Amino acid sequence: MTAMLNVKDLRAYYGQVQALHGLEFGLNEGSLTTLLGANGAGKTTTLRAICSMVRSTGSIEFEGAPLLGRSTENIVRLGIAHVPQGRGTFTTMTVEENLQLGAITRKDSAGIVSDIERMYDHFPVLKQRHTQQAGTLSGGEQQMLAVARALMLRPRLMLLDEPSFGLAPLIVRDLFRILGKINREDKVTILVVEQNAQLALELADKAYVIETGRIVMSGNAAEIANNEDVRKSYLGY
Amino acid sequence: MELLTNQILAGIATGAIYACMALAVVMIYQAIDHLNFAQGEMAMFSTFMAWQMMQWGLNYWEAFVLTVVISFAGGILIERLLFKPLAKAPILTNVAGFIALFAIVNSCAGLIWDFTIKQFPTPFGSSPFLGSQLISTHQAGMIGVTLGLLLLLFFFFRFTRIGLAMRAAAALPESARLVGINTSWMIALGWGMAAAIGSIAGMLIAPVVFLEPNMMGGVLIYGFAAAVLGGLTSPFGAVVGGFLVGIFENLAGTYIPGVGNELKLPIALALIIIVLVVKPAGLFGRPIVKRV
Repeated sequence: MTAMLNVKDLRAYYGQVQALHGLEFGLNEGSLTTLLGANGAGKTTTLRAICSMVRSTGSIEFEGAPLLGRSTENIVRLGIAHVPQGRGTFTTMTVEENLQLGAITRKDSAGIVSDIERMYDHFPVLKQRHTQQAGTLSGGEQQMLAVARALMLRPRLMLLDEPSFGLAPLIVRDLFRILGKINREDKVTILVVEQNAQLALELADKAYVIETGRIVMSGNAAEIANNEDVRKSYLGY
Repeated sequence: MELLTNQILAGIATGAIYACMALAVVMIYQAIDHLNFAQGEMAMFSTFMAWQMMQWGLNYWEAFVLTVVISFAGGILIERLLFKPLAKAPILTNVAGFIALFAIVNSCAGLIWDFTIKQFPTPFGSSPFLGSQLISTHQAGMIGVTLGLLLLLFFFFRFTRIGLAMRAAAALPESARLVGINTSWMIALGWGMAAAIGSIAGMLIAPVVFLEPNMMGGVLIYGFAAAVLGGLTSPFGAVVGGFLVGIFENLAGTYIPGVGNELKLPIALALIIIVLVVKPAGLFGRPIVKRV
């Protein structure tokens, strides 16, 4: 099976500072993969490089098409949804407008309407608040909204940057349960970056560990979770 | 009492000019987060184009529509050629760009059409409106057009997908790109719309102040004052601000001793400063609710 996303020799730079040093990894279609690592290891940079939001070299191929050199909006239009760190909520707009923005590149208005209803099924709290300004939602609700907004694209691949950040443990569990459901039922390939390694490894089927801009470990999520050395040296639990 | 109502009526009539200009100012501010100092000159140039078309024999409405369309395209062109390359430059570079554009447009208009004042026709006539000596039919028409424009903009931004995309691009460019919006073109579109609205403002103002290359100097400052007063993020606020500035200017000129005509302009400037100090978001600027 060829990988849906193939990353080879990826190097990324913030000005003069190099943040990724030849990253290599792949994502299989339908998989739920997690990218783990400490603060500053390059997790966020990896996601930003995929969406052309940081200067990078090397090669990133999505279903055979090279992504480097494309603009962010064109990469999104290929079916890659990115839920950024800090959620990227349009705080001055209503919940429903946020969802419509997620589908702004789509032309099938009937499909959009029914997808908004589907999101309200996934996340009932969003339905209750659909006319409310999104900035008034709680952190957990905003994260639900960010995921729902990303799904409105009908993505083939979804990138999530620390979805658990700043959320209460119960809400994180709920969110991860929904992510698993989306992965299984809607066949969305998911790459989730997490500092909460324990929870991410429970959810994912494959894991990569990144340290100072390089992949230092890869394997099945269960294997990595059970490998005590890996846990102690890289994951810190 | 009658003096008061009369002054308020006259204020509303001049306020319509400012409201129209403020609407264009807000459009561009929404798109690029800067005040475009050349906005007035662009509007003046558009008005001259309309005048030229009428000299060539087109009737008013043909010239009107053509001017709006050309101004829209011209606004996009200016953004693509001049300001897109400056998108990542510091704010002062942009300000210098605006001032350069101001001087270039102003001089070009002077070169092509010279600096003598010209009559510009009005489609509404200039007889007293409903028997009132204070508001002419032209001014009433101007108020109507301004309110109509405001309504159109409201529907555009609230109910169309492209309007939603423009709002998103202005609010959070990075998030907008992440849902697939081409933010760079949204900015260009904002310029086009601002230029088009500006051209309408220019054509409505010209019959009142006469057409000449410096016709917009004062008007633009009042337009800025109106936009700041109403809130730079709110088209509705800009229009209300325009009428308020018009009324305020007239009342101050009448009731505050020593103000008269000469000090009206400083009053507009003082108003900008007071609003910025007391309520920086303006009367209708949307306060942003943020929870972490």
